[in-house]
Amino acid sequence: MENRNKLLEVKNLKQHFNIGRGRVVKAVDGLSFDIYEGEVLGLVGESGCGKSTTGRSIIGLYEATDGEVMFKGENVHGKKSRKDKLKFNRAMQMIFQDPYASLNPRMTVGDIIAEGIDIHGLAKSKDERNNRVYDLLETVGLTKEHASRYPHEFSGGQRQRIGIARALAVEPDFIIADEPISALDVSIQAQVVNLMKKLQRDRSLTYLFIAHDLSMVKYISDRIGVMYQGHLVELCSADRLYENPVHAYTKSLLSAIPLPDPEHERTRKRIVYDRPTSGPVGKSNEDSSIPPLREIEPGHFVSMTDAELEAYQAQLV
Amino acid sequence: MAEQNSNAKAEQFDSSLFQQVEFNEQAGERIAGKSLNFWQDAWMRLRKNKAAIISLVLIIVIAIMSVAGPAISGRDAYTQTITQAKLPPKVTGLEWAGFDGMATLGETPIDFYKQKQVKENFWFGTDHLGRDLWSRVWEGTKISLFIGLMAALIDVLVGVTYGGISAYYGGRVDNIMQRIAEILTGVPNLILIILFILILEPGITTIILAMTITGWIGMSRLVRGQILKLKNQEFVLAARTLGASSARLVFKHLIPNTLGTIIISLMFTIPGAIFFEAFLSFIGLGLAPPQPSLGTLINEGYKELKTFPFLLVVPSTVLVLLMISFNMLADGLRDAFDPRLRR
Repeated sequence: MENRNKLLEVKNLKQHFNIGRGRVVKAVDGLSFDIYEGEVLGLVGESGCGKSTTGRSIIGLYEATDGEVMFKGENVHGKKSRKDKLKFNRAMQMIFQDPYASLNPRMTVGDIIAEGIDIHGLAKSKDERNNRVYDLLETVGLTKEHASRYPHEFSGGQRQRIGIARALAVEPDFIIADEPISALDVSIQAQVVNLMKKLQRDRSLTYLFIAHDLSMVKYISDRIGVMYQGHLVELCSADRLYENPVHAYTKSLLSAIPLPDPEHERTRKRIVYDRPTSGPVGKSNEDSSIPPLREIEPGHFVSMTDAELEAYQAQLV
Repeated sequence: MAEQNSNAKAEQFDSSLFQQVEFNEQAGERIAGKSLNFWQDAWMRLRKNKAAIISLVLIIVIAIMSVAGPAISGRDAYTQTITQAKLPPKVTGLEWAGFDGMATLGETPIDFYKQKQVKENFWFGTDHLGRDLWSRVWEGTKISLFIGLMAALIDVLVGVTYGGISAYYGGRVDNIMQRIAEILTGVPNLILIILFILILEPGITTIILAMTITGWIGMSRLVRGQILKLKNQEFVLAARTLGASSARLVFKHLIPNTLGTIIISLMFTIPGAIFFEAFLSFIGLGLAPPQPSLGTLINEGYKELKTFPFLLVVPSTVLVLLMISFNMLADGLRDAFDPRLRR
């Protein structure tokens, strides 16, 4: 793992929202992780823990409160010139959560997919542009007849694939997938995830895959980061995380996965994570007492205090 | 037992009778329906709304008449002929419907055309200065329509720009712009208009200006709300991650999605403006004579309501028809554009 190139480095990313009257929501509070070229990093956590905000901050939809995002060794935030921004926009793309809201209802599917091509001037002629759109449609399993149609004529899965085609149109290296399957029917989820997997192999893409469905994340990810209240609490390879979760919150998350096995379901026990708070109960978002990540075995990081180190190491199998 | 039975049955069939069907994935993606864009779809729905279509036809007819009307009767709307003053409406063949040139003075009905020795017929009669009411009503309709249309268009132009900028930039800009708009709404409308008309010369331009000085605020609020809602939608975020410029975001993504709301609001603003002009003219703040508008005509007519009711009834009918038609059409358009029916 060490000899692979880092594509993205997130250093102490903070995203705070001012919600008026001096109150601040710390959606993301000091996040640091790396993404290596060609890997899929899954990001999981409960609703409202800051997963989506992390994705949107990285791509620059939100202006980060603090911290750095290095993409291919360059700091991508705070860039001023339009040319630099366009270059960055081509390299990093995003797939959105809600297939019903992510396509402009007044544009044809062809125009939606071609938007990146138009903005970046990637096609010299109209024919070239259309051919590229047809190619992209076929890549995601649709046909060129679909180009002249409007988004409302498509099903959720088809729309999500159109969203993928739009992201691919500018030939990015890195794609942030913001819960791309959570709004889809289970039978369609597999179709979309398999498409994403295939695209990743064929085009050597790197993904940040944000989701709350742990079984899907395990299927697609190489490494998984577990987020809790704006912090990473555990980060390691996908297999290792399921084999040997260390942090109490990770254990709690894993205990919530249902299996289609009545025998197992009968005995499955939910582990409820009760975060030890230092401050008064209910103000847990205010204090940032979640300790930093430490490496307890190669490539396995857990958020912990010095005192917890030994206890955690003893749990390793 | 049942299993044996079904096995026996299955053996009766020769496997060569069956053919394997392959699932064609491409066929599963095909869409059979006709492709309709937003406007075609809206038109299809509007067409099914009878009231809206009748209203649309009525508006078109009234608009054509307002231009062609004076030419049809061949009389000018401003020429005064005192000898032909106050003639009731008369149409050959429509005498049974009241267009008989008769009016009741005191107790007995009198044929005014005989009395004043007028040979030709005035379809809507004449006013107290002998001007042809047919020509004046259509001329007045034209002016009223023009005022309504211009006022509404200026409202849209200013309102969309103001609301759009306010919502698009948001934050502090939005805060300041909204406070300014609130102060403007706080000023009593009528007082502002009266002051305006007092300072400037009375006329069409003054009335339009007076009405638009505060009229755009409603539109700007509507557009602001829409754009605030749209600008955080994922398709706008997607365009931003693709590197779309502000102009592209506004003209390709935000405005096209607000257009339905803008048109509906425009259709409700036009009758509002026409009615407000009529109201101003009626209380004597509107157009100066001899220029006709539906308001001034009604104002003149109501003075002689008892003896010559046609002077009030004719322009009022046109006004009422216009108001109802515009409102019904706007209603129909709202249903046709209804975003809740489609996604």
